[in-house]
Amino acid sequence: MLVSLILAKLISHLGFMDVKVKTDDLSAKETAFNNSIKDGKVIEPKDWMPEKYRKQLLRMMSQHAHSEVVGMLPEGNWITRAPSLARKAILIAKVQDEAGHGLYIYSAAETLGMDRSEMVDQLLSGKAKYSSIFNYPTLTWADIGAIGWLVDGAAIVNQTVLAKCSYGPYSRAMLRICREENFHNKQGYQILAFLMRGTKEQKEMAQDAMNRWWWPSLMMFGPSDKDSPNSADLLKWKVKLYTNDDLRQRFIDRTVEQAEAIGLKVPDDKLKWNEESRHYDFGEINWEEFFQVINGNGPCNKLRLKQRNDAHSNGQWVREAAKAYSEKRKAN
Amino acid sequence: MTELNIALIEYCLRIADNSLIHAQRIADWTGHGPILEEDIAMSNVSLDLLGQARGFYTYASQLEGNGKSEDFYAFHRGERDFRNRLMVEQPDLKDFGFTMMKLFLNGCFDYLFFRDLMKSRDETISGLAAKSIKEVTYHVRHAGDWVVRLGDGTEESHQRIQKSLNELWPFTNELFEQNEVDELLIQNGAAFNKKELKVEWDAMVNEIITKATLIIPSDKIYFHSGGINGVHSEHLGFLLAEMQYLPRMYPDAIW
Repeated sequence: MLVSLILAKLISHLGFMDVKVKTDDLSAKETAFNNSIKDGKVIEPKDWMPEKYRKQLLRMMSQHAHSEVVGMLPEGNWITRAPSLARKAILIAKVQDEAGHGLYIYSAAETLGMDRSEMVDQLLSGKAKYSSIFNYPTLTWADIGAIGWLVDGAAIVNQTVLAKCSYGPYSRAMLRICREENFHNKQGYQILAFLMRGTKEQKEMAQDAMNRWWWPSLMMFGPSDKDSPNSADLLKWKVKLYTNDDLRQRFIDRTVEQAEAIGLKVPDDKLKWNEESRHYDFGEINWEEFFQVINGNGPCNKLRLKQRNDAHSNGQWVREAAKAYSEKRKAN
Repeated sequence: MTELNIALIEYCLRIADNSLIHAQRIADWTGHGPILEEDIAMSNVSLDLLGQARGFYTYASQLEGNGKSEDFYAFHRGERDFRNRLMVEQPDLKDFGFTMMKLFLNGCFDYLFFRDLMKSRDETISGLAAKSIKEVTYHVRHAGDWVVRLGDGTEESHQRIQKSLNELWPFTNELFEQNEVDELLIQNGAAFNKKELKVEWDAMVNEIITKATLIIPSDKIYFHSGGINGVHSEHLGFLLAEMQYLPRMYPDAIW
């Protein structure tokens, strides 16, 4: 009895020691990690990283990849209806780029230890989120212009900063993607510029698209920082370099003048240049709408998820056949 | 306009219409492919076909010389004006095997067709053919690989791709159809006899179909035709209605 008691104490003591050593070790690693972030070093897949850093990045990157793939749907709507052969070719190439971005970011995200198939399953089941903007419908051809100009324009503001983030694979993916997004942005703007110097109906179509896409585009930067649960950690780890509000302001400042240049009116009565702050002041964003859309109640949430699920299930037999064929080849 | 030029225009429109309608069908897959990699591949194929169509439409417009653009041919002609083969307008209904089989059967023909056309006396046509054959070579390889994978994959995929082959086979005779337009251009050295491609096409198709463990339907089936005279299946009208609606609705607009 006494022996077993002594043994138990000994074991418990040793266990305690073990935990203490591990904790010290962990905090030493975390301190070293934080220091390298502070020094501006880039984190690579094989480097040690806090579990929370890995999880946050995986969440962000998989959401980003999902957004690229779901984003193909609203624009893809207009491929078969593009009004000229040149526009059709540009749009196919553009949507194809988005598929490429999805693939590229999924691969980068896989370096954090999750397979693409698992990420895709999370999208299809509705567990993973994607950019809320793609839950809005593309109702006219002008919407294709608005997406390229406003949505990809907002994405560029985000991604240019992400290209300098602390995680190597993500930052490198962003560098490449930003180059293509710049082209997308210009083609969207060009679509609207053509409409704005066209017929009365074309001008109305362009302004209507502007009215519908402006506010959702501002929402793309996410809630105000005081309401953004992940911002503090992400800023500390230099996954984010600026706050959501900073980036939103940057987007507004650069976009308002572009709108004016082609005669589009920004649908915000409170929009005004502030000489003192050297920025545009703007009206209140409808965050109620944002959270409704994020939570699945936007105009197209169900449709987008259904389309992704349909594509996946329609392709099931193809994927199975490819696998079976490849296994047969290996066996022979 | 000379008789030869009229024939050349008609000939270019046939090739362009075929590529455009095929491109339109494949483009409909964008965002809905069975895997992301294949989505990207199908966009590529569609872009290639669209590029071919634009090249031949542009040449037709130069020959016509009355200011018509590529977009005029694509968006402002009706069902009876289009000269594409019936096979390419058949709806894919998001059946990937059907799309790949269609691309394969057409691609084998287009490969041989453009190979000959590279020797056309008409330099623009031979140049367009030389550009197109590079793309078609890839289409045949890509679609052929899928036909084999699906044919020799699972029991389900085998049955499905065999069904696609059965459904598409009655449209294959049309590949070799020609009329007085071809005859005039053949005499002139601008085009070649398509009927002579049949033996090689059979061999190309047979090789892959055999590898895919599939069976070519019996020769006794009825073969469809009509594209060369603008007599199509019901499907083309719907395709055009969707494709052409904006330029038709706003005829004065520039996009």
